[in-house]
Amino acid sequence: MSAVIATRGLTKRYGELRAVDGVDLEVGEGDVYGFLGANGSGKTTTVRMLLGLVLPTSGEAEVLGRPMPAARRSVLPQVGALVEGPGAYAHLSGRANLALLDASGADRSPRRERRRRVEEVLAEVGLDPADRRPTRAYSLGMRQRLGLAAALVRRPRLLVLDEPTNGLDPQGIQEIRELLLRLNADGTTIFLSSHLLAEIEQMCTRVGVLDRGRLVLQDSLDSLLRPTGLVEVHTPDAERVLTLLGTAVVDRDGERLLVGSTDTAGLNAHLVGQGVRVAGIGPYRRDLERVVLAATHAPAAAPPPSPSPSPADPSEPPSSGPPAAGAVERADLQGLRRVDS
Amino acid sequence: MIGVELVKMLRRPRTWLVLAMLVALPTLVAVLLAVTDIAPRPGTGIPFLSAVLSDGTLFPLAALGVVLPLFLPIAVAVLGGDAIAGETQSGTLRYLLVRPVSRTTLLLAKLVTVVAFVVLAVLVVAAVSYLEGRLLLGQSPTPGTVSLSGSTLSDSQIAGRTALALGYVVVSMLGVAAVALFFSTLTSSAIGAALGTIGLLVTSTVLLGLDAAGSLHPFLPTRYWLAFVDLFRDPIRWDDVVRGLLVQLAYLLVFTLAAWASFSTKDVDE
Repeated sequence: MSAVIATRGLTKRYGELRAVDGVDLEVGEGDVYGFLGANGSGKTTTVRMLLGLVLPTSGEAEVLGRPMPAARRSVLPQVGALVEGPGAYAHLSGRANLALLDASGADRSPRRERRRRVEEVLAEVGLDPADRRPTRAYSLGMRQRLGLAAALVRRPRLLVLDEPTNGLDPQGIQEIRELLLRLNADGTTIFLSSHLLAEIEQMCTRVGVLDRGRLVLQDSLDSLLRPTGLVEVHTPDAERVLTLLGTAVVDRDGERLLVGSTDTAGLNAHLVGQGVRVAGIGPYRRDLERVVLAATHAPAAAPPPSPSPSPADPSEPPSSGPPAAGAVERADLQGLRRVDS
Repeated sequence: MIGVELVKMLRRPRTWLVLAMLVALPTLVAVLLAVTDIAPRPGTGIPFLSAVLSDGTLFPLAALGVVLPLFLPIAVAVLGGDAIAGETQSGTLRYLLVRPVSRTTLLLAKLVTVVAFVVLAVLVVAAVSYLEGRLLLGQSPTPGTVSLSGSTLSDSQIAGRTALALGYVVVSMLGVAAVALFFSTLTSSAIGAALGTIGLLVTSTVLLGLDAAGSLHPFLPTRYWLAFVDLFRDPIRWDDVVRGLLVQLAYLLVFTLAAWASFSTKDVDE
């Protein structure tokens, strides 16, 4: 597996602020790489450095095996990009926009070839090549499709896409996802930057997580979501399970228990044999949200504010109590998802 | 790349709107002159305007005198200011650069496009005002035209000197174009870049009216704009024309280099 994108200590400073701080990315040929991070975590700046739009303060970046930005002239023709939303001339049709962009640059193809592939790529992303409306009349979703068409028009080896499904309806998201997976199956490496965990989880083979400019996690999705060696048990007899299994129970929230075990069936038989009523049982796998939150040390979601917080009011029922401990525990458990039961 | 930029310029409705406005002002002047028959006294006001009532074929020169001091530079400032900043605003700059289009190529293509617009504008203004002069203004029966120096110029001499004058007007706009392009690389606001350029031109014009700034006058971009009038003296007085050329070339060189220096290392992060 050769590296399509490799960076070493890639850093961008704006004055005192380190927008991107010592990032070592590694994206292999044929990967669908999910680049995750909150808004403002430095994703877009990293992408812009990979494309030679922003010059790094220090560190190196290689794209398709050649140094960027020095080799942009030979690298970028093989790269298609969608960076922070599509851009188009508002007074021209989508097709005219695409034709102008394709005609720009030194490596022009013959006119007939350009005409053919512009029509082809427009149809591919779900836009009508005969649509003569100016792009100012386009919806957000149509603009996004046009931006994707611009990235795809030269059949790049590497696609760098920043929030590619932004503004699309669920059906459009599904279409674009299928299109990208088809391209990937044909050998296109895809670098997908997003803050949408679900999107990454459904498409990507590898994941990198950026947090405040630092790459805090980089691994294949399979090993991130590998079985945790835990089994989740739902039972009204939680107390009995605790006494039966002792320290094998690693966590408890009401009637939900987490038990350290890789043998779900055996555990089930054991519990039932002991007269424990089992309402549900199944192996646990962490989902991406949990993994990302753990990697970024994001604080747990704050409890919803009470309608009229009045500390001086003694009639406040104490049962609403301190929310902290239980809420944190529940948030942790929400990160764990039943896979099959 | 130059071809693509020219197509972009010509397909933009704004280009044609600006051209229409550039033609409208001389047309208004022609109509007013034709209706009232009141010409300014010779030697005052807009060059050649006093002569056009008797010889309409001179009206293109008067028309250039009308648009040159204000309208044409504003148009150039708007187009030049839009060159890079406009691409930033529409979000298309980053896609051009990752195509990839080299930054130097893009900058030069933009500069050439602005100059091409000036050529187009000057030709359109000259052609339209020539027609207006023939149709609305004086039909001089005498062959030849009296030069500013009093001698008579033949029709072919007038034609040749008019061509020179049109070329000089184009050159006069080079400085404005380069300054606007430079400002355009500094900001993401096309209007801001255009206003900055216009501000510089206004400053230059104000200083020209100030004797205390006399030592600066030879270096001001607007100083020799109307020197094309000297091409219609007999013999031609070249001094100011040549100085005008040199000043414009200096502005062109300095500000194009500044634009290049600013743009080639700029982080495109908007």
